[in-house]
Amino acid sequence: MNNPLDSLWGTIVVGLILTLILHFAVKAALGG
Amino acid sequence: MDWVPAMSRWIHFLAGVMWIGLLYYFNFVGAYAAKAAAADGTGAGIAKHVQPRALLFFRWAAVVTWLAGAALLGSHFGAAFMLQTSHMAIGVGAWLGTIMLLNVWGLIWPNQKKILGIVPATDEEKNKARRTAFLTSRVNTALSMPMLYFMAAGGHTQMFFGG
Repeated sequence: MNNPLDSLWGTIVVGLILTLILHFAVKAALGG
Repeated sequence: MDWVPAMSRWIHFLAGVMWIGLLYYFNFVGAYAAKAAAADGTGAGIAKHVQPRALLFFRWAAVVTWLAGAALLGSHFGAAFMLQTSHMAIGVGAWLGTIMLLNVWGLIWPNQKKILGIVPATDEEKNKARRTAFLTSRVNTALSMPMLYFMAAGGHTQMFFGG
C-alpha cells in the first residue's frame, strides 16, 4: 500500500479525515 | 486597549501566516519544483539560494507563532493544554501547533541541515534525511488542517460544535 503522504491529495485527505475525527471527538467531549 | 493580548493575537497571526505559508510553499510548490529542477540539472540554485532562506523564516516563524500563542492564552494556558471543557477547542489547536513546532525543530530542520550540507552527511544519510524531512513536512501539512480548524473554533464553540 502506498503512503498517502507521498501524494499532495493524499495528504489533504488525511488532513480532512483527522479534522473530522477530532471534530466529532471534541463535540462528544463537550456533550454535543 | 489590552496591549498584551491584542499584540499577541496580531503577532500570532502574522507569524502563523508566514509559518504555514512557507509550509504550503514547500509542499505545494517547492517539492515539485525541486524534482523538476533536479531532472533538468537546474536544482543547485534552489538548494543554494531559496531553501536556506525559506527554512530560516519557516523555523523561526514557527517559534514566534508558538510564543505569541502562549502569550495570547496567558492565564488560560494550563486550561487549554489540559483540554479543560472551557478551553477544549483552542487546546486541541494548541496541542496540534505544538506537535508541529516540535516536528519543525526536531525532525525537519536537523534533516534539512544534512540535505543542504550544513552538517556533514554521506549520500545514504542525505537520502534518508530527504525522506524523513519530506514525510514530516507532509505530516505537518495534514496536521495544519485540523490545527487551523480548532484555532478558528477557539472562542466560537457554539458555531462549530453546537450544544
